Amino acid sequence: MGAPAAEPVIRCDGVWKVFGSKAKEAIRAVKAGELNKAQIRDKLDCVVGVSDATFSVGRGEIFCIMGLSGSGKSTLIRHINRLIEPTDGAIYIEGRNVSAMSAKELRQIRAETIGMVFQNMALMPHRNVRDNVAFALEVRGIAEDKRRQVARQAIEAVELTGWDLKYPDELSGGMQQRVGLARAIAANPSILLMDEPFSALDPLIRHQLQGTFMELSAELHKTTVFITHDLSEAIRIGDRIAIMKDGVLVQIGTPEEIVTNPVDEYVAQFVGGISKLDLVTAAKVMLPLEQYRQTNGSTDTANWPVARPDDKLNTLVNLSIGTAHPILVRDGDVVAGVVTKDALLRGIQGRDHSGPAKREIN
Amino acid sequence: MADEKTFSWLNPFESVDLKIADHSDGIKQWAIDNREAIQPFKIFLDGVIQSIERAFLATPPLVMLAIIVLIAWQAAGRRTAIYVAVTLTVLGFLSPEAWSLAMTTLAIVMAAVILAVIIGLPLGIFAGKSDRFEAVLRPLLDTMQTIPAFVYLVPVVMLIGIGNVSGVLVTVIFALAPLIRLTSLGIRTVNPSVVEAARAFGASPSQIMFKVELPMATPTIFAGLNQTIMLSLSMVVIASMISVRGLGNEVLRAMGRLDAGKAIVGGLGIVILAIVLDRITQGLNQSRRERGHRHWWQSGPVGLIANLFHKHA
Ligand SMILES: Nc1ncnc2c1ncn2[C@@H]1O[C@H](COP(=O)(O)OP(=O)(O)OP(=O)(O)O)[C@@H](O)[C@H]1O
Ligand SMILES: [Mg+2]
Repeated sequence: MGAPAAEPVIRCDGVWKVFGSKAKEAIRAVKAGELNKAQIRDKLDCVVGVSDATFSVGRGEIFCIMGLSGSGKSTLIRHINRLIEPTDGAIYIEGRNVSAMSAKELRQIRAETIGMVFQNMALMPHRNVRDNVAFALEVRGIAEDKRRQVARQAIEAVELTGWDLKYPDELSGGMQQRVGLARAIAANPSILLMDEPFSALDPLIRHQLQGTFMELSAELHKTTVFITHDLSEAIRIGDRIAIMKDGVLVQIGTPEEIVTNPVDEYVAQFVGGISKLDLVTAAKVMLPLEQYRQTNGSTDTANWPVARPDDKLNTLVNLSIGTAHPILVRDGDVVAGVVTKDALLRGIQGRDHSGPAKREIN
Repeated sequence: MADEKTFSWLNPFESVDLKIADHSDGIKQWAIDNREAIQPFKIFLDGVIQSIERAFLATPPLVMLAIIVLIAWQAAGRRTAIYVAVTLTVLGFLSPEAWSLAMTTLAIVMAAVILAVIIGLPLGIFAGKSDRFEAVLRPLLDTMQTIPAFVYLVPVVMLIGIGNVSGVLVTVIFALAPLIRLTSLGIRTVNPSVVEAARAFGASPSQIMFKVELPMATPTIFAGLNQTIMLSLSMVVIASMISVRGLGNEVLRAMGRLDAGKAIVGGLGIVILAIVLDRITQGLNQSRRERGHRHWWQSGPVGLIANLFHKHA
């Protein structure tokens, strides 16, 4: 779309949001390190919703945001389509500064480029499912039969066919959430902002919709910011996960990085319960072959089971059963390393002896 | 007893005369002086009232009755329609002139309500949007609702003269407040997250107004309209003091002659009109869920006719 290839689809640059009349003063004080959040709340009567959020989301990426209730997730996501003005910092959509857009440009980008699902659904009670779903098309002045056709497809995609003419208060919470999803995808936007879109669904439908959503987003190359409370959901669908605490993005990384290498206690607690078997790769737990040979002497690797660097622990366990040998990790023809039984067990435990993983926060 | 000229600290109110009443009497002169300026408005409004009244009176009573019953059926369903038919028949039989008097009153009330909607709806919407405007408007609405009509009767007559136009204006002053208040309330109580969703999908402020806020505020606005209609009807006797004809005038004349029978006829007529208008507007207000989410053209007499055509087609 004219933007240079390197430019991410969404970029937040030092975004701050302070609620309250003395917001500017509060930001200055926080930046200067004079006051902490509690002091700001008590002395200046301001609430820090988001503090210094910097991240970018590439084309086709699913970027998950996790954090406890009140950590500022919904506040942050609302900045992306400028439902909230940042107190400080800037947001860029495909290289264009959202804060600098005119009202008309903003409306256009909201109607055509960005679809949004709300935490509280926010369906229009006086419109039936079809008219709710087609709302973004209606405000753009698209003809009625075209609208109906698009709405029908979107309703079909969330498996609500036949409910077109019902009103939101005639649907269950989960069905309403699916209407919200259909409304977001109806205008075929390239960016999706999803605030806990699946939270009211039962596990079965949720799993199914996650699958549908991942297919859809991969197929159509949608760029998504996805808020969730559910770590397994984040790990399943997220390309990268950001953990948020009190308005601060404390860690951003791939699911594997977050799980195997949490930056602090908070993140560690967050990811504590998760199984590493499907997440950690051979590359993470292997030793270099030389190091193995130094301790164990030169051995013949011909009978060893072979794995690829991106194979998960689960696969390694299966390979390891029924043989006494370590596993050889090969990247094509090149030997990348060795996974010993000890290393495998440590990996399952979640301890990591291969040195600090590289982590990027950009 | 203190001398009249001495100032008493304990009763300053009696010793000081700011002559507010005398100054305010200037309003009368101002009204007389501005008569010319208001003429075009007066002529226009008079034309509107007269054409409504003429149309109502020219329609044969039974046809008119049928029309009102059909409207009631469409707006509020079959039961209300039957109820309206019965009460209107009773109205007609109250006295030989009752029907034509009622039509004159209905025309005045209609004109007043139309004017009230034209003024009240935009003001109410604006008040719902702006806290400051609401704060300014509120004491004004309080005044309009509580000040005795006799206070502004004289200035209005001085400005416009006696007759229907003054009657309608006086009625609007008295009946306008609830429409503005409830319109504002309706706009204010629209769920803000729905408005936010509309914004997020690219709706412009006017689209938000007409596609989200007004539809969601409609039940509250209709409640205000209903109140305005009821208050308009309660003004017809006072309006008849400035020579507005109709049922109110019957009551006023009966009072002058201590004719209890005539007063009852006029009074009952007003009550029946009130009941009919109340039921119809409340029917409009009924939630769509109660009517099975159908569009208005799918039910009532219109639905019936549409269905007939559908079958033949
Ligand atoms: N309009 C507002 N005015 C004042 N404070 C606000 C406003 N909106 C949010 N906040 C504050 O900002 C903080 C973050 O709120 P936010 O809704 O973003 O949390 P969240 O992470 O989405 O939580 P949840 O998981 O419960 O949805 C809260 O402390 C909240 O009180
Ligand atoms: Mg939230």
